[in-house]
Amino acid sequence: MTSTTATLAGHDGHAAEAHHTSLPIENRKLAIWVFIASECMFFATLISTFLIYRGQSLKGPLPADIFEVPLVTAGTAVLLFSSFFVVMALNGAQEGNRRKLITWLSLTVFCGVFFAGMQVYEFSHFYHEGLGYSTNLFSASFYTLTGFHGAHVTMGTLWLATLLKDAIKGDLPAGKALNLEIAALYWHFVDVVWIIIFPVVYLMSLRS
Amino acid sequence: MRLSTATWWRPGLVRVLVLPLLLLALAACAGESYPQSTLTPKGDFADLVDALFRTTVFWAVIIFVLVEGALLFAIFRFRGRADDPEPEQIHGNTLVEIIWTVIPAAVLAFVAVPTVRTIFDTARIPETGPDGQAALKVEVIGHQWWWEFRYPELGIVTANEMHVPVGRTVDLRMKTVDVLHSFWIPQFAGKRDVFPNRETRLWFSAREVGAFPGACAEFCGIQHGRMDFYVMVDEPAAFDGWVATRQADSAAAAMRPAAAPVPADSLAPDAAPVAAVDPLVAEGKQLFMTKACAGCHALGSAGAATTMIGPNLGGIGTRKMIAAGWLENTDENLAHWIQNPQAVKEGVLMNVPPITDAEATALVAYLRTRQ
Amino acid sequence: MATTVLDPAHAGTRSRSVLVEWLTTVDHKKIGIMYGASAFVFFLIGGLEALLIRAQLAGPNKDLISPEFYNQLFTMHGTTMIFLAVMPLSAMFFNFFIPLQIGARDVAFPRLNAMSLWVFLLGGIFLNASFIWGAPNGGWFGYAPLSGRQYSPGVNMDFWVIGLQILGIASLAAGVNFFTTILNMRARGMTLMRMPMFTWSTLVTQVLVLLSFPVITVALIYLMVDRVFGTGFFVPAAGGDPMLWQHLFWVFGHPEVYILILPAFGIISEILPVFSRKPLFGYSAMVFSMAFIAFLGFGVWSHHMFSTGMGPLADSFFSLATMLIAIPTGVKIFNWIGTIWGGSIQLRTPMYFALGFIAMFIMGGLSGVMHSVAPADLQQTDSYFVVAHFHYVLFGGSIFAITAGAYYWWPKMFGRMLDEGIGKAHFWLMLTGFNLTFFPMHFAGLLGMPRRIYTYPGGLGFDTYNLLATVGAFVLAVSILVFMWNVVRTWRRPADAPADPWGGATLEWAIPSPPQEWNFTEEPVVSGKDELWTLKRAAGVRTLPEPARSDGRGIHLPGPSWWPLIVAIGILLFMVGFMLPRPWAFPFGPVGLVGFVITLVGIFKWAYEPPDAHATPH
Repeated sequence: MTSTTATLAGHDGHAAEAHHTSLPIENRKLAIWVFIASECMFFATLISTFLIYRGQSLKGPLPADIFEVPLVTAGTAVLLFSSFFVVMALNGAQEGNRRKLITWLSLTVFCGVFFAGMQVYEFSHFYHEGLGYSTNLFSASFYTLTGFHGAHVTMGTLWLATLLKDAIKGDLPAGKALNLEIAALYWHFVDVVWIIIFPVVYLMSLRS
Repeated sequence: MRLSTATWWRPGLVRVLVLPLLLLALAACAGESYPQSTLTPKGDFADLVDALFRTTVFWAVIIFVLVEGALLFAIFRFRGRADDPEPEQIHGNTLVEIIWTVIPAAVLAFVAVPTVRTIFDTARIPETGPDGQAALKVEVIGHQWWWEFRYPELGIVTANEMHVPVGRTVDLRMKTVDVLHSFWIPQFAGKRDVFPNRETRLWFSAREVGAFPGACAEFCGIQHGRMDFYVMVDEPAAFDGWVATRQADSAAAAMRPAAAPVPADSLAPDAAPVAAVDPLVAEGKQLFMTKACAGCHALGSAGAATTMIGPNLGGIGTRKMIAAGWLENTDENLAHWIQNPQAVKEGVLMNVPPITDAEATALVAYLRTRQ
Repeated sequence: MATTVLDPAHAGTRSRSVLVEWLTTVDHKKIGIMYGASAFVFFLIGGLEALLIRAQLAGPNKDLISPEFYNQLFTMHGTTMIFLAVMPLSAMFFNFFIPLQIGARDVAFPRLNAMSLWVFLLGGIFLNASFIWGAPNGGWFGYAPLSGRQYSPGVNMDFWVIGLQILGIASLAAGVNFFTTILNMRARGMTLMRMPMFTWSTLVTQVLVLLSFPVITVALIYLMVDRVFGTGFFVPAAGGDPMLWQHLFWVFGHPEVYILILPAFGIISEILPVFSRKPLFGYSAMVFSMAFIAFLGFGVWSHHMFSTGMGPLADSFFSLATMLIAIPTGVKIFNWIGTIWGGSIQLRTPMYFALGFIAMFIMGGLSGVMHSVAPADLQQTDSYFVVAHFHYVLFGGSIFAITAGAYYWWPKMFGRMLDEGIGKAHFWLMLTGFNLTFFPMHFAGLLGMPRRIYTYPGGLGFDTYNLLATVGAFVLAVSILVFMWNVVRTWRRPADAPADPWGGATLEWAIPSPPQEWNFTEEPVVSGKDELWTLKRAAGVRTLPEPARSDGRGIHLPGPSWWPLIVAIGILLFMVGFMLPRPWAFPFGPVGLVGFVITLVGIFKWAYEPPDAHATPH
């Protein structure tokens, strides 16, 4: 739910007026940074729980039985690339280069869709392998952590898709590049969280 | 009513507030001894805690008097009128501020050092108690809403009344079969929570013989308010007698047709030896089997302990209290409790089929034989 | 963003009803008033719960109310007072006064601000509606496994676990908003170290909200999925650990304590200088001590768990860390006394409550230090001693300060002065009732009375103290009635409060009472701390001439919007969906899905709301 707050803060255009700000940072950008700080605690709690409950499950399936690391590695790579793509898109937006903006932003959105799709596939695969949400502590903490990350990716993708629609309609000129910049900040954050989740959840679990 | 602003209240302040509070404080400190009080410790663990508490109170009272005094002095001394000239505009004083940062820190050291020492002192269970013997191990098991006590070295189990010998260190190992509870024996130690998935420890040794109440201190559901228990501190000989009685009280013994002879050193001298063929007792025993009592309550104290929904009834006939430290163990109360557990403790897990007065009398007669 | 260009030509024409105006408002002052009004109603409900509790405990073995209802009452009393009374009463002041104190025309995100209000209000109503079906009964701390499905099978704890998540959304949104507002919307010249102390306390409070609420949100999510989807996060039979709940709860819970008290510190630091006519003593020390308290607040959570037996090392660490907090707290108290020392103390009603706050908070602080002594805490925790302690901090602290703030800022908010005589009667009744209620609880606790028991046996020495506490609680109730009488009485009088009735030091006193919708006709420029005092001193006057009301020509203000309310309704439905039946295997039932769609559509519409969609000519 917390991602809602970001979106609301992000789109609240009052501050978009040329307004005196005390710090050399625009209101919405400051807000998204603040929101990201709060989200750090959110994901820190989820990740800690996953680690605390490592090896505490009373029955299987366990991570080593079930993880498909190659697939997730591909997803990770796609998400990493998307962070680069969104930087290019923002660059295009700031230059007022609509073609560049649309190209790179489309790629970013595509990456988001791909990652979310990868996760849907992974979850349904696990489910058919007998790993339901309430099967054991591993499944509960794994699905909750990666599920919330997935929800963040989905929200971010929706957000970026909305901006893509704006861009296509010509509603995202250089003067409004900030709209994309805050979405990109959020996107980078979601990406960084995954960079932590991937080794902590997938790679470390294989060892045990 | 229009209250004038200036002075109407001043004598009132002393009258309405300060005096009653002082009286209260005096009443509390006057040494009135209540059986559940933390202020009158009756054991070594509680003594350590109490000494620390008194150190803390000592410093707290000094600081309280000084700071509240400074506040009141300032209020009365610097009371101004609306048309007074502007007072001197002081924005701060670094030296003063450093002083009143350092002094509290120093005072805290006087509290912190004994605190840490006591934390470690209370964490270590003494090898031998004041009586020179090794500690008595007791397993404490919390249930909604009663306490089970097992003595693994003695092979006995009881509920809601934990017997210990005076002067012996008691080594408590605690857990719960359901939700969290907290085992609180104010006169002997403090609280320790009980968990379903890990054992917690507490220890104490009692200095005085007597019956000392304790309570559950962690909210545990509808009857948290009535989850009391007693620590029965006995002279060593009496304790040994109690143990012997309990060890003889196996479930098999309870089921033998006629009453076994009451041990000579029975804890309840007023309980008359039961006639070998009291028909009322025999009927009560029959009812105990047919009225679902036996489904939840174990009868004997001896033998392997099994976890049951209701408390073990070994020695119920001579216990001080029933319903987890709540009702005096009289015949009337026992009959009332057996017939209407939900009226005495709403929501309690004891659900009984209808029991007539005559049946209750028989059950009570039977339970009275359980010593 | 919808923008209204104020057009004096249309002044006085009202094309929208008053109801619609308030439902769609994004004006921080109206939002603040709505926070205050709804929080006060919740405060009365929580107080009523307390009176029922006290009536039941007036004597031993009473059966005025059933144990089940008693457990609901104390759970809801705690939950209500913390989340629905003290926090939103502080939010009332944040909303109304932060923009005024920093010289801004509104908060950074006015519509987000409105959404916070509506989410809070709907969440509060939702929580209290539970009394129809069975209110939460597992304590405000919801310890597992009692709060899990096995031991709390009814809807009671569903209301609690969902209600708190809803309220958390409101707090987090407000946290982002006010943090941004304070850092970024300050008037020119108002550096951080020139900010009023109330603004500082608000800023630090938002940091605590932002960093602690996510933790409880996750814990509540775990508990909710345990209850709804059968996971085992806190189910011992599945390997779950009840200690994890305690850690997560108190990692949030202790900062929460400071979320409740820091705004009170801020209010007191505003009032004392004004009514001593002398600046705050040691401003920087006050700022740093507050920041230090907040920082340490994240490192002491386990002092709520000494009785769990964490081992001597952990006990020592959390004991010492907790004691450390006494140092910056002491600095604050000494600096407050230093502020009035040598001043010209004007004993008006706000000052009464402010001084009462200091006196009571000292006691709460000292008993707090006693709890940091881990072995002694083994006797005190979960006894009435703790109940006494935190009421000295939360009532003697927070509520006294909030009441002080209410008397202090009432003229600014409503343009009317509250009556001084009734105000002082209110103070003495409240001080008496408060001490009569809570002081005896120290002794009841020391005599071995546990918390959260619906009755107690006679003969343990509890009787007298409990009777006194019950009498005191009713005296407290009378004091609240006196306050309400004061408000009603004042309401019948003309709105004639001057802009600066107390000789204020901060910017809110430079503008008319009540402020016009745009707050400042000209955006102020600040040259130092206590800006208004500087101006008055330069002019050689005690009070500046009454500021003229302007027509606001050419001032751009955000226009009203329905979307915050709609999004709030969507969030409510989405969350409530988790406790309703799901006709299919998918985790979201029909109500949840409807709520999700409303939320999503609402956010979309909100983001694309045309600049003058609802522009109302004034």
